Amino acid sequence: MLNITKDLNGTELSFALEGRLDTVTAPQLESEVKSSVDGVDKMVVDCAKLEYISSAGLRVLLLAQKIMNEKGSLVVRNVSEEVMEIFEVTGFVDILTIE
Amino acid sequence: MLIFIRVTEIMMKELTIEAKTDNLDSVIDFINAQLEELECSMKIRMQIDIAVEELFVNIASYAYQDDDRPGTATVIFDTEKDENVTAMITFIDCGIPFNPLEREDPDTSLSADKRPIGGLGIFISKKNMDSMRYEYKEGKNILTIYKQLF
Repeated sequence: MLNITKDLNGTELSFALEGRLDTVTAPQLESEVKSSVDGVDKMVVDCAKLEYISSAGLRVLLLAQKIMNEKGSLVVRNVSEEVMEIFEVTGFVDILTIE
Repeated sequence: MLIFIRVTEIMMKELTIEAKTDNLDSVIDFINAQLEELECSMKIRMQIDIAVEELFVNIASYAYQDDDRPGTATVIFDTEKDENVTAMITFIDCGIPFNPLEREDPDTSLSADKRPIGGLGIFISKKNMDSMRYEYKEGKNILTIYKQLF
C-alpha cells in the first residue's frame, strides 16, 4: 500500500509518500514522476511516512534523480532510520541529496 | 495411547503460491505474521521483508520465463534456537537453475548518471542477511536466508 500526495507549487513539485515503496507500488510513483515533471526545476520527496523501501523503490528514486539532474534538483526529506540504512548500504546516500 | 508431537517442528510454516509478482503481498504478509509472533524488531523485520521481496520477485520474474504458465514458489519459515533465535527462510522453485549468490555486486560508488537502473536487489539481501545458502537439487532451486532475531 502506498499513498502519494502530490503538490505543485510554481516550479517546485513535492511528493509525500506514505506506506510501502516496493515492487507492487513503485510503478505508481514512477508514472507520477514521469507524468508531472514538465516545467519542474525542483522535486522534493518527503519520506516522513514511508515505512519501507525495496530495490524497486530505489530504482524509481534513481530514475527521478537522473531526470532531475537534467532539469534542476531533487531533495529527499525526513528519512527514517530504517530507510536511511538502506540508502547507506546501497550507496544512495552519495547519490541523493538528503535533508 | 501416547501421541508424540514433534515440538521442534511447531514453528515451521510453509506457503506454496503461484510465482507471480501480484502475490508479493501474500508472501510478505505470511512472513510478517511469523515475525510478529516472535516479536521481532521493526528494523530486522524490514531487512527480512526486503530480502524476501527481492528473492520472491526474482523467482516470479525469471524462474519460469520459458514456460507458458507461471509455476509455483514455496516459502518455508523456520527458526533455529540455541542461545540466539535465528530465522531461516527457504525459497524453492522448479524453474531455470539460477544461483543469485553468483551475481556480481553492483558498484555502489558510481554517480547517479553512471549507475544502472536496477541490479540492487540481491546485493541488499546479501548485505542485510547474516548468510545465504543456495543449492540446486532434484530439479529445484533451493535458497535459504538466515537472520538472527535475538
